[in-house]
Parts: sequence; structure tokens; C-alpha cells
Amino acid sequence: MEVKRQKAGDVPLGERTTMRERQLRARNMLRGDLEGEELERYVEERVVMTKFDQMLGWARANSMFPLTFGLACCAIEAPISIVTARYDLARFGAEALRASPRQADLIILSGRVSIKMAPVVRRLYDQMLEPKWVMAMGACSSSAGMFSNYAVVQGADKFMPVDIYVPGCPPRPEAVLYGFTKLQRKIMGSPDPGWRQRYNANGSEEWARGGPRSEPSGEAAEAYERAREQIAGGPGATGEPVGA
Amino acid sequence: MPDAPGLELIRGEIEQHHPGAVLDTSFDRGQAALVVDPAQIVAVLSWLREAPGQEYGFLSSLHAADYLPAAPRFGVHYELLNRDRVERLRVKAMLADPAADGGDAEALPEIDSCVDLFPTAEFQEREVFDFFGIAFKGHPDLRRILMPDDYVGWPQRRDFPVGGEPVRFTYNERNYG
Repeated sequence: MEVKRQKAGDVPLGERTTMRERQLRARNMLRGDLEGEELERYVEERVVMTKFDQMLGWARANSMFPLTFGLACCAIEAPISIVTARYDLARFGAEALRASPRQADLIILSGRVSIKMAPVVRRLYDQMLEPKWVMAMGACSSSAGMFSNYAVVQGADKFMPVDIYVPGCPPRPEAVLYGFTKLQRKIMGSPDPGWRQRYNANGSEEWARGGPRSEPSGEAAEAYERAREQIAGGPGATGEPVGA
Repeated sequence: MPDAPGLELIRGEIEQHHPGAVLDTSFDRGQAALVVDPAQIVAVLSWLREAPGQEYGFLSSLHAADYLPAAPRFGVHYELLNRDRVERLRVKAMLADPAADGGDAEALPEIDSCVDLFPTAEFQEREVFDFFGIAFKGHPDLRRILMPDDYVGWPQRRDFPVGGEPVRFTYNERNYG
């Protein structure tokens, strides 16, 4: 490819240019008004230098897609209240609540997780695509709160990785938003997701067959086989659950 | 709601048809209750349901309670309702714990199921079984209904550990910690 050299400042407006060219053009445009050190500082202030990782983290943090998901009473504060006009999660770039875990990257555990719900929540988490984040909202999902009993998991971090805990019973929407901005700051730092390995939560997405990593989880494979058998008139074709 | 004399009349009538079935009556805060021999619970319920003048045709609730340390320990409560007269009658059956006093620790207290009389009892008996471990003989599908199928233990019994982690409030820390 031939590199076309051009004198800085001669490029017509609107044409794609490199950062260096724009920098020089800015200096040219200012020639005469500012001199020496002042000119250098002016140009430096108008140019942003960044690493790709940081830019990626910035983009991720400011375009979150929370899952439309509520567990208990906290769901009234989030995700219901915080997307209303009064609190307006859209200010932080997260107004698009997705109804499918495949499209979401933040799950807000809004309420107590009962032991029967825990596998479902974990499955939803597993179905979300990397990178994914979890907010334990309120006392119940953080530590079971007042539900110190047989029916409730004593803190959602017993079975899934939690990135941020928001205290309160329930937390005010402002507290949720504060927790959300804290989470954004965490995301911008591109934290190493390796600690999730202890929950077996790394790369736990279920993939469709034939996908890039066509190893569905045990449950998905079973459901797939069952569906195939039903279509083919196999043992499950009568409508009875297989293995019941 | 039958009043106190009315309750005694019901007891007398049941005595004629099922001698020894009613062990006790109680009339407390305007609520009438019959304490019934568990072995004859279905007979008494079906009499209360069918007998002319009684016709308690609706089982509004079936639940249990654990009266530990009292003996007999478990009570199964049937809340009957006559919807024409809007009269309610409670029937209690007290069950001893077969696991008490060195009995088989796995044994469950048993009582006859009343699903044939009141189909609504099916889920409610399953719930009682789920939480108190009271087995209903003749129930068509006695398995857990709210807790997971593989759950171990009867969580609403009074000797079931509360579980979880103790919550340490500042107040408790300061005064008792």
C-alpha cells in the first residue's frame, strides 16, 4: 500500500486522517495565537491517548444491558424503579433491559434466593455471555437478611460469583444507582475474571450445537436428546416426561 | 359457627354414630373445635359432611401444628365450612410421634387421607407431609410439594434447626456479645 504524504494542515475537512495529522493541523490552526509551551499544552489537552483495553472497558461500562429479572420485593426498586423517569438508569447507559440472558450482561439479584430458585438463577447466569456481572441487591441476596431459615440460600455468593453488594432492605433506588456506578468503575478497570473459577463460572455458557465450542452442558444435551426423541417418535413421544 | 351448646350437640350426635370418636371439645374465643380420634377421622369428617343438619361441605383449610413438647405431639387441623349457614367447625386430630421415646427415628406419624371426601385436600396434605412429615395413608400422590424433592428433613417441626448464619446486630453485640 502506498503511503501518501501530505503536508499537515492541507487536508480538506471531513477526510479521514490519522491522529498525528489532526494533531499537527490543530497546531497549524492555532499558529500565531498561542506560542511555545502554551501551544503544546493546548494541543495535549485536546487529544486523548488511551489503551484499547481501557477504551473497551469504558464502552462496556457505559452500555450495560441488565437482565429483566426480579426475585422478590427488591424488584420494585430495581429494575422497575431505576428505569423510570425519576431515577433514570438511562443516564448511565443501561436503560435497555433485555428479557433474554443471552443478550444481557448484568443480572441484578433483587431479593431472596430460595433454594428452589437457586438452580434457575445459576442457569440464567450461565446462559449470559461473557463478560457478565452480578449485583447482589439488598440484604437477602447478599446474606439472606432476616431469612435465616431452611428455605433461603444464605447469600447468593454461595453458588455464583457476585461482583457488587448493595446493602439495604430494600436499598433505595439511589443506592442501586450508586452500586451501579461503582460496578461501572470496576468494569473500567478490566478486572481479571479468574476468581470466578472457584464457582466454575468461567466459560460456563451453553452453546448451541455446532457453535464455536459445541459442548453443551449436561442438562442442555439431555434436553436436546429428549426433543429429538420426541420428534422422532421415540420413548418420550407420548408426552410423558422421560425418566419420570 | 356453632355455639358451645351446639358443639356439645354435635358431639352427642357423633357419639351415637361413631362411639368414642370424639375425644374432647373446645370452645374458645367463639371458635368451636372437636378433638377426634385419628383412627376415625375420615368417618367423622364424612359424617359432618353428609349428615342432614350438618353438611359441612367445604374443607376451607387443612393444616398441621407441632405442639412439642406436648404429647401427643402433632395436630392435624381440618377447618370445615358450611357455606349456606356460614358456619365454621374445626376438627383436630392429635398424633403421637412414633420416633419419640426411642422409637424408630425414621418413622412418621400416620393418619388416613381425606382426599376422597375433599379433593382440595390433595395439595394441602402434600404440604403437611412436606413440612411436618405426617404421612397420609391412601393419598394418591404423597410427595413433597414446595421443598425440592431431594430435601432431607421436615422443616416446620419445632425441633428442626433454624439454620443459616446468626445475624449479629450492633445492639446484640453491645449488650450480649
